Amino acid sequence: MNPVAEASPLTNSLTAGKLPRRSSLWILLGSWAVSAAFFTMLFLSGAVDGFNIIGTVVCGTVLYCVAIYLLSRLVEGSRKATDRLMTALVTAAFVIALLPLISIIYTTVVNGLPAFLTPSFFTESQRNVVGAGGGVLHAVVGTLMVTGLATLISVPVGLLASIYLVEYGRGRLARAITFFVDVMTGIPSIVAGLFAFALFALLFNDPGVRFGLGGSIALSVLMIPVVVRSSEEMLKLVPNELREAAFALGVPKWLTILKVVLPTSIAGIVTGVMLSIARVIGETAPLLIIAGFTSSMNYDLFSERMMTLPVFVYTQYANQGADAQAYVDRAWAGALTLILIVMLLNGLARLIAHLFSPKLGR
Amino acid sequence: MAITAATTVKARQRPGDRIFSSATVIAGSLILAVLAAVAIFLLIESLPAFVAAPGDFSGDVTNFWSYVGPLVFGTIYSAILALIMAVPVAIGIALFISHFAPRKLSQLLGYLVDLLAAVPSVVFGLWGIGVLAPMVQPFYTNVVDWFGWFTPLAGPVSGTGRTIFTVAIVLAVMILPIITAICREIFLQTPLLHQEAALALGATRWEMIRMAVLPFGLPGIISASMLGLGRALGETMAVAMVLSPSPQVIFQLLTSQNSTTIAANIALNFPESHGVGVNILLATGLVLFVVTLLVNMLARVIINSRKAFSGAN
Repeated sequence: MNPVAEASPLTNSLTAGKLPRRSSLWILLGSWAVSAAFFTMLFLSGAVDGFNIIGTVVCGTVLYCVAIYLLSRLVEGSRKATDRLMTALVTAAFVIALLPLISIIYTTVVNGLPAFLTPSFFTESQRNVVGAGGGVLHAVVGTLMVTGLATLISVPVGLLASIYLVEYGRGRLARAITFFVDVMTGIPSIVAGLFAFALFALLFNDPGVRFGLGGSIALSVLMIPVVVRSSEEMLKLVPNELREAAFALGVPKWLTILKVVLPTSIAGIVTGVMLSIARVIGETAPLLIIAGFTSSMNYDLFSERMMTLPVFVYTQYANQGADAQAYVDRAWAGALTLILIVMLLNGLARLIAHLFSPKLGR
Repeated sequence: MAITAATTVKARQRPGDRIFSSATVIAGSLILAVLAAVAIFLLIESLPAFVAAPGDFSGDVTNFWSYVGPLVFGTIYSAILALIMAVPVAIGIALFISHFAPRKLSQLLGYLVDLLAAVPSVVFGLWGIGVLAPMVQPFYTNVVDWFGWFTPLAGPVSGTGRTIFTVAIVLAVMILPIITAICREIFLQTPLLHQEAALALGATRWEMIRMAVLPFGLPGIISASMLGLGRALGETMAVAMVLSPSPQVIFQLLTSQNSTTIAANIALNFPESHGVGVNILLATGLVLFVVTLLVNMLARVIINSRKAFSGAN
């Protein structure tokens, strides 16, 4: 009806029938503001005690999904509206996944830091400690020894097996190994602990067997498949031209593997090994079964119970003594130590992978 | 002698070659031997449990199968609940990283989700009791008030929030990273031409994903879910710490009486048990081993049957 608008040649047919740019951002902020206003009113009216920030964000996001769908449906049609709704939902899924991560790291740091910063925490064991005080030295030593021995067992076996799969293996045996290595990555950790227990209980004819070596065996069962998988991937990345060049020069196959293939892929293999250590160092269940728990130092893997960090966290929480808060504090501090070790291993592994990985043209 | 092309030239076998190649064969076979040993030693040690006297079991059960029954139910029930929560979210995350997030950010976002896999399970347990259970308990009270007529949500509500539903939430968070990682790999492998063809025909981004990416990735999604299911079935510490257990089959999600899982039951009772009690726990471990082995083998067969989708390709 308006002759001016009708005559105007400035309407861009490409952007007609679309929501303006950045409109989704404004709608999101608007929905959060509305939801915040609603919860503020609830708070001020005295219906609830305290401003509910989680409720605000959740309600705001739900409101956004409804608003963007309706608006887009009115302006842009149902297909585009579905697209916008799904975009919102997919992004929300990602944010939902980050919430527990942030919450876990935050609570561990806040609850664990006081005991973590106590001077005795890394210099004393729990021997003869009742109530507050003491430290995790026995658990840290135990974790390092058990995991170290597990690494010593798993890396040669896993590396050799992956060399077999990539360089030698053909036919049935190789297929079976590949398949069962994949299956083994899914073995529950507690079953590995039970296996180590059953093995040594039969070997030593001792139905109450507990010692550190058993823990290393159990962790190796969990670690070997991970090492095989990651090393296999890395060995496969070595270009065949390198091997062929070595063969053409008359180098024996085993020397080719040792001097050409392994040095080329060593960074990736080290990364994989560190990630696998990070994976097993936090295992609790198998060590609870076969390594047991104690409050004293034990430097001998071959006899007596041995404390490890994850089991320390569990026992401090599960067997709280008279001064319960001290035990809970130590559990959180142990958890903080554990998370720091795991994150450090992960970070180092990524750094090695980033710095030394062969640059492949893609 | 001119027709040498027909004879194959075999490489000379030096002692080094023989030693090295047999070492790799031994290492490879050792893995198969370990898997067999796990089954054999568990079986030997669990034999006494199958013929145990009724007095050896805790509670009023009389034989092994009625002892392990509620545990199997609890294990599968909590794992399925976790899977129902985790799979849609994991698909969403994977799609976000592979198709929605800015290209430069996507690798960093992938690391963030992988960090979740790096958190040890005992820390998840502490978090479940210390943070999650108190946080969700008021919601449970409301849900039981409003929807108590629906049997799985019936009361009386747990006062601590340490219910099987809380456990399922923790398990869902724990299996998110593995499902996400595999789905992400598969979504990234969707042929670019399929996606571009869909977009060129005028599809919106979601329509492109629904028509090109999701059908292509379906076998991968299924097997990723099964691997996640395997993880959830075997998860021990988080369940042992969060759940307040009871040795019965219980469908109610929000009460203080919950069916416990095999793994959690072993972790809680193993340190104090002795005699035939140890064998009974080992036998339940064998049941768990068989169940997870079957689930994992099925998942791997599905992945391998369409090798192109395997993330580890």
